[in-house]
Amino acid sequence: MKSLLAPGHRGCAGCCDAMAAKFTLMAAGEDCIVVSPTGCLEVMTTPYPESSWDVPFIHSLFENNAAVASGIEAALKAKGEMGNTKIIAMGGDGATLDIGMRSVSGAFERGHDFTFVCIDNEAYMNTGVQRSGATPFAASTTTSPSGTVSFGNIRPKKNMPAIMAAHGSPYVATTSIGYPKDMIRKVKTAVDVEGPTYVHAHSPCTTGWGFDTSKTVEVAKMAVETCLWPLYEMEDGEITKVKKVKNPKPVEDYLKMQRRFKHLFTKEGGDDFIKQIQALADKNIEKFGLQ
Amino acid sequence: MKRDFEKDKKDMVVVEGSYAVASAVKSCRPNVISAYPITPQTHIVEDLSQFMADGEIPNCEYIMVESEFSALSALVGSSAAGARSYSATTSQGLELMHEVLFNVSGMRLPVVMTVANRAVSAPINIWNDQQDSISQRDTGWIQLYAEDTQEVSDMTAQAFKIAEDPDVLLPVMTCMDGFILSHVYEPVVLLDDDLVAEYLPPFEPEFKLDPKNPKTFGAFADPNSYTEFRFLQQQAMNKALKTIEDAADEFYDLFGRYYGGLIDTYETDDADIILMAMGSIVGTIKDVVDKLRANGVKVGLLKVRSFRPFPVEAIKNVIKDAKVVVALDKNISIGLNEGALFTETKASLYNTKIDVPVIGFMIGHGGRDIPVETIENIIDEAKKVIDSGISVESQFTDLKEELL
Ligand SMILES: Cc1ncc(C[n+]2csc(CCOP(=O)(O)OP(=O)(O)O)c2C)c(N)n1
Ligand code: SF4
Repeated sequence: MKSLLAPGHRGCAGCCDAMAAKFTLMAAGEDCIVVSPTGCLEVMTTPYPESSWDVPFIHSLFENNAAVASGIEAALKAKGEMGNTKIIAMGGDGATLDIGMRSVSGAFERGHDFTFVCIDNEAYMNTGVQRSGATPFAASTTTSPSGTVSFGNIRPKKNMPAIMAAHGSPYVATTSIGYPKDMIRKVKTAVDVEGPTYVHAHSPCTTGWGFDTSKTVEVAKMAVETCLWPLYEMEDGEITKVKKVKNPKPVEDYLKMQRRFKHLFTKEGGDDFIKQIQALADKNIEKFGLQ
Repeated sequence: MKRDFEKDKKDMVVVEGSYAVASAVKSCRPNVISAYPITPQTHIVEDLSQFMADGEIPNCEYIMVESEFSALSALVGSSAAGARSYSATTSQGLELMHEVLFNVSGMRLPVVMTVANRAVSAPINIWNDQQDSISQRDTGWIQLYAEDTQEVSDMTAQAFKIAEDPDVLLPVMTCMDGFILSHVYEPVVLLDDDLVAEYLPPFEPEFKLDPKNPKTFGAFADPNSYTEFRFLQQQAMNKALKTIEDAADEFYDLFGRYYGGLIDTYETDDADIILMAMGSIVGTIKDVVDKLRANGVKVGLLKVRSFRPFPVEAIKNVIKDAKVVVALDKNISIGLNEGALFTETKASLYNTKIDVPVIGFMIGHGGRDIPVETIENIIDEAKKVIDSGISVESQFTDLKEELL
């Protein structure tokens, strides 16, 4: 299969965003138009006059990619040029569930025929690892650092897939770049389903999370194996498929791999936070019937 | 203004200004419209919606967005995908678009947008002044200001022609005074679809989002290349100076109506006092000029149609022999105590041999009425400058001392 994302982009070694983009393009094929907000993905792939994209690509702003995608869809429809072309908006967690929330919500409510892929690396990586609404509980970031009186980010992740399902999206799925086949299948399903569809891809960032550049996939898999990141699909708001986890691993196995949770193992009182994180995983096991 | 009123008369209908604009947009055959309602622009989006509901705009999608931010963002996508794209807004809506305005012009997307000029908040105020669009002057949009309903309707077709000119490729804002033009019923000739088809060719951009010929839009440019993008935008604005004039001339040839190109003049040839203004106030000033000319006062009017690009040479040519120039502004740069037309006219004369005093008046903020007497008083102030020189360069008029 021809890779539609050229090598030589400027992502860090082991970059999750690059993988997410590559898998998405594998699923969509050549006949697609990609929209991206400001963030790692856009910055590392389009340093003028170079471009990594072998498909039409447009970056506008940080907070408007779903609106830009709406306009592209409307243009192709108005001019009778839609054919089989897939429109894909791909954006970081900040661009999706924080600053871009209104535009994503508007586009889904209006029912445009496009797929939104959220590349969730759980912080604003492009500006240097600040917390976002997708940053997990107890993670240390540059704006939610652990300190003498702090254990990092005190809020849980915003449940974006549920929000998108609540918009009436016909297809919502969670996936992970640790499972390329799963991701490609889900993005392919999403682009084939008519209407606004949503794929939320868990994407460990070597730089922001603090793990060796060779371990991106391993860390991603561990999030799924500890049940902190359940993989499921929703059709018309109902959960239809869940990836089972036979023997869930303790969350420590996942947390230990990353610098952003280091304080939980070195600071007094960290145990309690690890327990709370385990409780989140246990809740997922129950809620999604993971076992 | 050149216009064959006798010829036009038989085609005239009495409609609201907003309707005339909506109808003009329809005649221009847009492919994508996206707008969000805000007073006093609302009737434009409502009229366009009705045209859509009645199937009167073929091959067009109307995106009912959740905000002005998304309205213009959607047009970034649609214009890049090769669709003729239109929006309308004002005031808070325009300010909310600020970031996207830069983006549209930076990506060289020929979007056209009507601005029904309105004051900006706080205090919140829905009436007319031009602070909203003037505050966007550095965003890289062409800005044209219309005097009356007929002009803003005709200007809509001119705007698409200018924007889509391959030498220009810049977005155009057509500005009409809120309420004063948007909500007033006037006799106008609506644009004739066949003539517009002759005037305005289909939009066929050289570059667009096309899977058969992939291109990257909106790339990341470092210090090595960013400056050149800015330079090219400025160069396009320079080219637009001629395109705007050509668009007006060509429009006159086909439709028989002309309102000036970059500027228009009224009784300026031998004028000692020249008043400069933009928008609907021009009509009031013409009446005052007529009245004072009848009394032997040598006063004239310079109407500025194009504020961006700013027609420095055209303005200099008109005002060079006057004894005093007065710029009237429905806006202010707070902290400089000057309106934009005043500042820029003054700047245009600096380092030239033209030695004419320029004074400025800030008037009509937040919809305050500008009666004939106000203009007459301003002309009295201008006479004093001829007699004894400038005492105050730039000032507010008609302030209510009891409220201060
Ligand atoms: C309006 C606005 N605010 C802030 C920024 C600065 N900014 C650029 S990218 C970014 C973070 C991107 O984070 P995310 O969407 O999660 O993508 P990532 O880089 O992590 O892949 C920020 C804050 C901006 N470009 N525009
Ligand atoms: S910071 Fe993270 S997301 Fe950004 S380029 Fe590096 S690895 Fe990729």
